[in-house]
Amino acid sequence: MEVRVGIPRALVYYEYYPMWKAFFEELGVRVVLSDKTTKPILNDGINCSVDEACLPVKLFHGHVVNLKDKVDYLFIPRLKSVAKGEYICPKFCGLPEMIKYSIKGLPPIIDTEVNLRKTRSQLAHAFKEVGQVFTNNRKEISKAYEKALHEHDTFIQEVRKGKYPTEIIEGQKMLRKHNGDLCIALIGHVYNIYDRHMSMDIIAKLHQEGIKVITPEFLSDDVIQHKTDLLPKKMFWTFGERLMGAVLHLLDRKDIDGIIYLMSFGCGIDALVSDLCERKVRRETNIPFSLLTLDEHSGEAGFNTRLEAFIDMIRWRKRNESNISAHG
Amino acid sequence: MKATFPHMGNVSIIVKALFETLEVDYIIPPACSKRTLELGTKYAPELACLPLKINIGNFIESIEQGADTIVMAGGCGPCRFGYYGEVQKEILKDLGYNVEFLVLELPNGGIKEFLRRLRTLIGRKSLLQAAKAVQKATKISIALDELDKLSFQIRAREAVKGKTDWMMKKFHHQVMKVKGAKSIIKLIRETQKELEAIEIDRSVRVLKIGIVGEIYTLIEPFTNFNIEQMLGNMGIEVDRSLTLSNWIVEHMIKQALHLKKNRPYEKAAPPYMNTMIGGHAWETIGNSVLYAQQGYDGIVQLYPFTCMPEIVAQSILPTISNELDIPILTLIIDELTGEAGYKTRIEAFVDMLARRKEEKAHSNEYILSGN
Repeated sequence: MEVRVGIPRALVYYEYYPMWKAFFEELGVRVVLSDKTTKPILNDGINCSVDEACLPVKLFHGHVVNLKDKVDYLFIPRLKSVAKGEYICPKFCGLPEMIKYSIKGLPPIIDTEVNLRKTRSQLAHAFKEVGQVFTNNRKEISKAYEKALHEHDTFIQEVRKGKYPTEIIEGQKMLRKHNGDLCIALIGHVYNIYDRHMSMDIIAKLHQEGIKVITPEFLSDDVIQHKTDLLPKKMFWTFGERLMGAVLHLLDRKDIDGIIYLMSFGCGIDALVSDLCERKVRRETNIPFSLLTLDEHSGEAGFNTRLEAFIDMIRWRKRNESNISAHG
Repeated sequence: MKATFPHMGNVSIIVKALFETLEVDYIIPPACSKRTLELGTKYAPELACLPLKINIGNFIESIEQGADTIVMAGGCGPCRFGYYGEVQKEILKDLGYNVEFLVLELPNGGIKEFLRRLRTLIGRKSLLQAAKAVQKATKISIALDELDKLSFQIRAREAVKGKTDWMMKKFHHQVMKVKGAKSIIKLIRETQKELEAIEIDRSVRVLKIGIVGEIYTLIEPFTNFNIEQMLGNMGIEVDRSLTLSNWIVEHMIKQALHLKKNRPYEKAAPPYMNTMIGGHAWETIGNSVLYAQQGYDGIVQLYPFTCMPEIVAQSILPTISNELDIPILTLIIDELTGEAGYKTRIEAFVDMLARRKEEKAHSNEYILSGN
């Protein structure tokens, strides 16, 4: 029987799944995903993780619970750093431990460390380590590694062109029927904005309103890099840097009518990055900015109301603001 | 230039000595108070960690007294402390305060930028003089930690309750008045002698509790409601796993000079965590294991709400507690923490520890009913 490796449908799944899938399948390993996020999955996560953890990490616990009895291995790499001189977040560094000590009855965990903080070459090493769990054939592993990198590049290119990760990975149908009047930038971590349950399907809701949506993933690395290079101090969180760079870039553009920052409660990085972004936006432009925080108690009605009010406000302002002095 | 810096326990004494040696004009922020916290909570991002908020309060209160330059340490991740300076700079800018930030770290600009910042601070003093001043300050930090440690031992055993508290209070009052590194050291030594002279009750069997967690909440008594004093007065000998001197020596000086580090926790932690994940999570895990091995009666973990590394540590601690048979209490602190509830939890924990110790000591003497 073929070996089954489980990948939780959470956190960086939205960024690296095509790469991991290509690698495992090339080695003849079957990849099993957890189910799409539902309320029970989230509740499982909340029940077995520490109270203080952030929402995405709690959700990750839930996906592991959903997956653990269906697979031979769990793939939870220790993502310390995915770019030179940068980190992701302390909780990503300690994720294998958090899972191991919070959930009972787990299959073996593949917790290979990925640490590209000093050199990129560690990546090949990490893949080799993962591959060796299944085969001793080095040639096969390096072939799978090449394939994985290729898949990742193709995936990223598609995303940069304006396709949502979920459209590519899950074949989700997105109805883009924009009437062209508004363009809103949706800023947030991949696992917050693309998880349809957690984000309460915010992208589809904006599309429903006929609004064009831009996410940080649509922007090229060069554009982001160019902006973050101007920061007085290098931002050492890879995801934070992308969000910050995206916002700085958007401020220069004329076609953005509003910015929505979607953060999750308890996210340490968002706590600082969202604040820095908001200050920049308010100080330098008059683009409307809204910060929406997701937590386990988020009610969809309240969320919708805030979203609708924000959109109405922008539309109303666009239509009625005449730029003529009220004093005649 | 009038320099100021954030409060963090004995940091004010050390920096005071450092600035006096280097003849830097300085302002010590008023001791952390409810107002400090309120100012910080009002202007800092809601989900930022507590130290960032209290820092903001410290800075504003110092600026009100005329400070125009803020000196602090930095870092490069993944803990949020490394980005404190940038966020605080923006907050103060939006509030209309025009202050300069000198974050002493190795930023993008490398050593050159570090030297520029240092030069701004020390003026015309030579680098050798600066190095000597740092050496003196380090000596003071070590002496201060020894004094604290001694006070933990004496407080738990003193015959007349409150003597140690009074002595330490007197010390903190006086140390702010004396000038220069030499007289500070002298005062520390004198206080040490006075503490040693306190009459102790040798008949009491004290419980021992180790405190682990995030460094700021461990070291700044305002944030932890003076937990060492609180426990000490319940007759408990406290050991604080992180000290300022250790941080200065191991993480700043040895790091900068690439010297071999002495980190016993790295050897103790591996079955549970075998890597640095930022902040002090590795220390928390390693030191908890060490405390269990050294026969401590209990462990208290302290950290500010939303602290990322300590959350990881917290999820591992229950396993350590089970496997090494040592009770662990986690206390999370934010601006809404109330002293009474906090104290109740500690008292309950201590009662449990005392009972546990008693049961263990007499476990052979119990007779089951009917026998």
